[in-house]
Amino acid sequence: MSLRIVVTVKYVPDATGDRHFAEDLTVDRDDVDGLLSELDEYAVEQALQISENSDDDVEITVLTVGPEDAKDALRKALSMGADKAVHIEDDDLHGTDAIGTSLVLAKAIEKAGYDLVISGMSSTDGSMGVVPALLAERLGVPQVTLLSEVSVEDGTVKGRRDGDAASEQLEAALPAVVSVTDQSGEARYPSFKGIMAAKKKPVQSWDLSDLDIDADEVGLENAWTKVDSAAERPARTAGTIVKDEGEGGRQLAEFLASQKFI
Amino acid sequence: MAEVLVYVDHVDGAVRKPTLELLTLARRIGEPVAVALGGGAADTAGVLAEHGAVKVLTHDASEYAEYLVVPKVDALQAAVEAVSPAAVLVSSSTEGKEIAARLALRIGSGIITDAVDLEAGDEGPVATQSVFAASYSTKSRVTKGTPVITVKPNSAAVEPAPAAGAVEQLSVSFSEQATGTRITGRTARESTGRPELTEAAIVVSGGRGVNGAENFALIEALADSLGAAVGASRAAVDAGWYPHTQQVGQTGKSVSPQLYIANGISGAIQHRAGMQTSKTIVAVNKDAEAPIFDLVDYGVVGDLFEVVPQLTEEIKTRKG
Repeated sequence: MSLRIVVTVKYVPDATGDRHFAEDLTVDRDDVDGLLSELDEYAVEQALQISENSDDDVEITVLTVGPEDAKDALRKALSMGADKAVHIEDDDLHGTDAIGTSLVLAKAIEKAGYDLVISGMSSTDGSMGVVPALLAERLGVPQVTLLSEVSVEDGTVKGRRDGDAASEQLEAALPAVVSVTDQSGEARYPSFKGIMAAKKKPVQSWDLSDLDIDADEVGLENAWTKVDSAAERPARTAGTIVKDEGEGGRQLAEFLASQKFI
Repeated sequence: MAEVLVYVDHVDGAVRKPTLELLTLARRIGEPVAVALGGGAADTAGVLAEHGAVKVLTHDASEYAEYLVVPKVDALQAAVEAVSPAAVLVSSSTEGKEIAARLALRIGSGIITDAVDLEAGDEGPVATQSVFAASYSTKSRVTKGTPVITVKPNSAAVEPAPAAGAVEQLSVSFSEQATGTRITGRTARESTGRPELTEAAIVVSGGRGVNGAENFALIEALADSLGAAVGASRAAVDAGWYPHTQQVGQTGKSVSPQLYIANGISGAIQHRAGMQTSKTIVAVNKDAEAPIFDLVDYGVVGDLFEVVPQLTEEIKTRKG
């Protein structure tokens, strides 16, 4: 038996950097350093754990859509232990929305071949958190999402989804799309050996024609949503700051009362 | 007047507050038609009518509780086909966003998530979103199909607006995908008696400075004196001091209460992403240089173990 896992990852601007918009109101990806989205590290980690706990022959492919620099995200995942990588890059992809991105990913996942797709819970830039559900819809396979615990056995994926009101146990037959949360388990750091090994692992590059996608199905002009304006939030006006000299709690209460909270 | 579909988030017939906020927003665009599914669906009609629903489409089937997400997508799609609405509004819960996304793809429509405001526009509803850890505000539209928009809790006031609220049965046939993911067990979360974190008018949070699970009792006592929800920073959650369900920030909940009280929280970007849109922010931190003080309307530089109990006592005294 073999198990083919495809992990979708995203290369995002560092959240601690000064993120802003480009002139066409897409996320500016040039001015801020990018990295593998932290939340996708959890997806890579769970793929590795499933592989380590499996008697099957497991192959892990990491997949990303993005500009040339996005290869850095793939390299990080490979150094953590993934087997191979696919980079989808095409100038026509600039400004593609979540619906379009899910089309590209779904076609690429099908082309790569899969039994299990694992994604993070959301990106750390757009943070919509909808791509895993969209992938399940497009691929026509079960959606087993937002898991804080996941396991695969005998062609079945099981997991725990911690919602606001309840914690649910989920189960579905493979093939399936899974997403994992940051509660699923700390992601490992790449070892020196892993980093060296990653340099020799294959990274394939595909463009839209490789995926039989027309340019008019993706990109900013063909997005199903449009950002009309983006404005920097005005800085909050400086507040009152007091040093506690024994009355801090009462001073704060006085402020809350003046604002009618008490 | 065009009809606007509002997906109802309810627990056994008890409608959750964000749904009533959606009705307020829906009335700006058209006539709200609510869709309530699963056990107790028909019981939602009264409160929905009081808040502006002209119609309440209901459907109950065991699939809604037994399988994840897809049965609800099937039902909402049936409602869209029956009503041909001007827009579909869903609360921005994790499940709400998943339902909305799959619906949008199926009906060939664009989707906007996590709107914090919504107004009518010449070319369809205009959604305001707060992005990049709330450092930017954007205005967006759906340009294809029927706009599907998810809205964050606390984005609008709940307003009484009596309407007919006529209950109609929705006819739903489930897709092949509906039974793909089985829910084999469900453990309800123990109720704390406090308001839901994302819905609360006041949130009291604790961070690294709380320094231990047992010390969260101080934070809880302050929260209870104000009838507030309790939140925690990632540092506090990662340390195992407080449950992840209460985490505020990028990887936790995003909250937008009237008042946010940060205790022993430095205010890293991770945390700011989840609370920066709060109306009034106050903080207690012993480090005068903590970035949280850049955000506050009122801040106390001091030891939270001194300041917080004094604050709690003073609130209790003032409230009598």
